Amino acid sequence: MRFVDEFRDADKAHALAAKIAALCEPGRQYKLMEVCGGHTHTIYKHGLEDYLPESVTLVHGPGCPVCVIPMGRVDDAIHLASQPDVIMTSFGDMMRVPGSGGSFFDANAEGTNIRMVYSPLDSLKIAKQNPDKQVVFMAIGFETTAPSTAMTMLRAAAQGLTNFSVFCNHVTIIPAIKAILDSPDLRLDGFIGPGHVSTVIGCRPYEFIARDYGKPVVVAGFEPLDILQSIYMLMVQLSQGRSEIENQYSRVVPWDGNVVALKAIGETMELRPYFEWRGLGFISHSALQVREKYAAMDAERLFQVPGVRVADPKACQCGEVLKGVLKPWECKVFGTACTPETPIGTCMVSPEGACAAYYNFGRMNRTRVAEAEVARS
Amino acid sequence: MCLGIPGEVIEIHPDQPDLAKVDVSGVRRLINIGLLTDDPPVPGDWVLIHVGFALSKIDEREAAAAMEFLEGIGQAYEDEINALKESLIE
Repeated sequence: MRFVDEFRDADKAHALAAKIAALCEPGRQYKLMEVCGGHTHTIYKHGLEDYLPESVTLVHGPGCPVCVIPMGRVDDAIHLASQPDVIMTSFGDMMRVPGSGGSFFDANAEGTNIRMVYSPLDSLKIAKQNPDKQVVFMAIGFETTAPSTAMTMLRAAAQGLTNFSVFCNHVTIIPAIKAILDSPDLRLDGFIGPGHVSTVIGCRPYEFIARDYGKPVVVAGFEPLDILQSIYMLMVQLSQGRSEIENQYSRVVPWDGNVVALKAIGETMELRPYFEWRGLGFISHSALQVREKYAAMDAERLFQVPGVRVADPKACQCGEVLKGVLKPWECKVFGTACTPETPIGTCMVSPEGACAAYYNFGRMNRTRVAEAEVARS
Repeated sequence: MCLGIPGEVIEIHPDQPDLAKVDVSGVRRLINIGLLTDDPPVPGDWVLIHVGFALSKIDEREAAAAMEFLEGIGQAYEDEINALKESLIE
């Protein structure tokens, strides 16, 4: 058991699993969504679903920032990077995401200068080193990452840098959760709330889920036992007919979030009227744009951005996977035409994507091996 | 990029108090601690770092647990550490 090897807490895990099983009402099915891609990663890595009774299903949510970027935005970014005297900077995760004409890596092969950076702050140094170029940071991510972009913009302003700008693709988690709650495709019983996003936004923004939709939320840490503990807490609430917001990860997540971070976002960015999410379509007030006060740092104002809309490849079912309607292995191209080496969809690109997590940790192979053994016997 | 990695604060930058040198698995780099101005970290504190910014202070036990988790996930963590090594924050 990997659990024993890595955490030596198999006893605790089994004890939690038994307590979860004891709370299941006979004949009732429980669907719990883990919103965050980091949680999806832990669940597959440690085979946590194997610890759960069959009536408890984990549904993977849209909380993978790379996965939700639509193809059109990748194309827009490459268009920006193709302008004269532009250096684009991007997190490494974004480099292999396919646009309609290829990825950032493909674009670089054709002459763009898109550089991988660890932090948006790295872009400032590149801007200083290249005063005759415009350095455009490809900003992606939920509220975990948006404060970093905001603080970088404030730093650039304080330093008087005039050749740094942001192509803002920051998205906000609450409208996505609301879109899923309003979607007729899926009936969920509760949510495992995201850990790091909640470090910034705190726990209060989830209150509408309990109040208006009657569903419990437990904000969870990233270790296997954190997730099992959170599932147990959700099951206790469900068994008692409660729907409340609870914080399993209080050792890191303050109830009110990080006020400095929220202020920095509010100073530099504002909600967009609408934004396209891969798989979820257009969601109103679900993403951030640069405020007019910082227009000189807004790549969408400095350059003509075509704003192309590109439909996902027909074979790709990332949309259904992101909404939790399909499990990764139920996608038609999973593990065949679409692999981490040659991804068709975003869920296979990012290590936090449900498909990559499932593919990398070999559960598909194990299932196949088990099926083959059954067939042989 | 979405990983939060624990680092120990080694020293606060003498000229820029919103920067601190941290140690992440033996890799020492500058990060920004401007998001923690309400409760600034001091040398010896542990912080959770996300794309070059300390997002929250954590205790040493949490840092050890987070590190165990990260080392267990393999390639994604190695990519993150390699990216951190290339970092140019100043």
